[in-house]
Amino acid sequence: MHQPQTTPRRSIYYQYKVHPPYLPATPGEVQRADVVVVGAGPVGLATALEMARYGVRCLVLESELQVSEGSRAIVFTRRSMEILQQAGVADRIVAAGLHWRFGNSFFRGERVFRLEAPHDEDDRFQPLTNLQQQYLEEFLVDAVAAQPAIELRWGNRVTAIEPHDEGVRLTVDTPAGPYTLEAGWAVAADGARSPIRSLLGLKLEGDSYEGRFVIADIRIRLDLPTERLAFFDPPWNPGNTVLMHREPGDIWRIDFQLPAGETPEQALQPESLKARIDAQLKMIGVADPQWEMDWCSVYSARAMTLPSYVHGRLCFTGDAAHMLPIFGVRGANTGWQDGQNLAWKLAFVQRGWASPALLDSYSHERVTAAREIIEEAGRSTRFMTPPTAGYRLLRDATLSLALRQDFVRPLLHWRTSRAHDYLDSPLNSAVDDNHLFTGGPVTGGPLRNVRLEDGGFLFDRMEAAFHLLIFIEADTLPEGVTEQVQRLRLGGIPWRVIAVRIRGQGPVPGADLTLSDHNGRIRQRCAVPAAGAAYLVRPDQHVCARWLHLTPHRLQEAAEKALAVDSNPIPSP
Amino acid sequence: MPELSTAELELVYDHLAQSLDRVGPERAPLYLTKLALLGAQTLGSVQIFVELSNKAMQDL
Repeated sequence: MHQPQTTPRRSIYYQYKVHPPYLPATPGEVQRADVVVVGAGPVGLATALEMARYGVRCLVLESELQVSEGSRAIVFTRRSMEILQQAGVADRIVAAGLHWRFGNSFFRGERVFRLEAPHDEDDRFQPLTNLQQQYLEEFLVDAVAAQPAIELRWGNRVTAIEPHDEGVRLTVDTPAGPYTLEAGWAVAADGARSPIRSLLGLKLEGDSYEGRFVIADIRIRLDLPTERLAFFDPPWNPGNTVLMHREPGDIWRIDFQLPAGETPEQALQPESLKARIDAQLKMIGVADPQWEMDWCSVYSARAMTLPSYVHGRLCFTGDAAHMLPIFGVRGANTGWQDGQNLAWKLAFVQRGWASPALLDSYSHERVTAAREIIEEAGRSTRFMTPPTAGYRLLRDATLSLALRQDFVRPLLHWRTSRAHDYLDSPLNSAVDDNHLFTGGPVTGGPLRNVRLEDGGFLFDRMEAAFHLLIFIEADTLPEGVTEQVQRLRLGGIPWRVIAVRIRGQGPVPGADLTLSDHNGRIRQRCAVPAAGAAYLVRPDQHVCARWLHLTPHRLQEAAEKALAVDSNPIPSP
Repeated sequence: MPELSTAELELVYDHLAQSLDRVGPERAPLYLTKLALLGAQTLGSVQIFVELSNKAMQDL
């Protein structure tokens, strides 16, 4: 019988709430569910919330009775905030978090590199937001509680899983004994150690790196701005790297690399931790360091992915699908992009609006993204924790040169998580005008937010639907487009038309929303040269077609493509 | 690209030998690696750098 921890986890700043477990009325009973999400971490909860927007009923299973232990993922990118805005929790994260855009790298007491993440007034969210994962999970749990389509079951552990032709059979253990769930679909969002991945014997491909990091959260008052601090080769930890991030509530994350040959158990000894954290604090000028430890753990850098994320009616997402190095905040930030990509597709399939072939594109797009991340993260990881004598020599030579030579400093750039452009997506139009645009978001890439003339933002107006943005000069949509959209809506598929007015006033007939663009801001952001142009945007805000001249026929082609109509199964990337 | 005369090459030979002696055997690899990166930047060609690297690899 599953016995989750019933006492609150220990923390010096976070009050853990222990939720009551869900218990089956009759042990051994068989229940049915449309979609089961396994894991109530940041990715599982956000994925469930996203699916609920399309009217999909979800059951979320969590083996524990409380949110996760320790601050874990603490840095969230702008793209993540845009995704979490759709999930309905962005405002609370903005209010609770710390916002920042500068990163600094130090070597021999000198700042050798300063990174500035771009930010302009068309962006609603700052480039980076720091918040402890417990708070973020709490906000998501609250949002789930307010969403009648989702039931979250605490203290429910999956002990067996069997994907079959019509669905997925799960054996779920609880403090009152097991029960069986017959699910139409299942989503594995059960984290880096994914029990589901293990139960099915699925193997990740890729590399593990030698470098191991201690991650420790301490409470200390430091008069420093919210910026990323990286210290290479500090005197107290020669040859290794130390990272520091500010978290809300005077909590600081300190990451430092273990000396070669030291075990995690040795590194987590209180005396060892104290000596090293004191040394780091003294190095940054704290004369008599006084601090309290909240949480610490050991992390090893890995860059691995499943080669496919869809296994029949079971889909993997987040860390369950891949394990990525922390450098560049690629864990949760990648996971939400997975979840957002998966949610609308699984919802469309579950609602009968698209065939299961649509899900092949989830695996295609996100496995490709994971491989891009692994390639990029590999560079950062090789710099932070050089895997061989040769890489160490080049790293040391680069740091030494960086004290006086500008040209090597970009090599210290810490590549952050970004939204991926699904350039070779099977859902992209094959015959649009992408190559004729001279800028703007490319077909496959995410649409970019824009500040509207009324002071709001474009993404505030986007709903759980395909969006057709049409740029118009007169008072009408291009001929035949309204009728074409009506046909696309048959069967209940959510489509919205946004008319972007270059001139004139008032709502445009046939459009669900009319935006005024007299100042040309939206046109500029989308690189639209003239009226008649249009963008087709998927529910996850990625562009799947753009045209200089929209016609009903072209819309039809792109819509069929975007919904994988009559597509053949896509080979793995 | 201009080439060094034999007399100039001899000056480079002496300078490099004396620099290696000055930095000492322990720091010689770091020094040579920095020198290689500075040289590559001045060359401005990945292709020429790789060709030079391959030539240096021969007959070690």
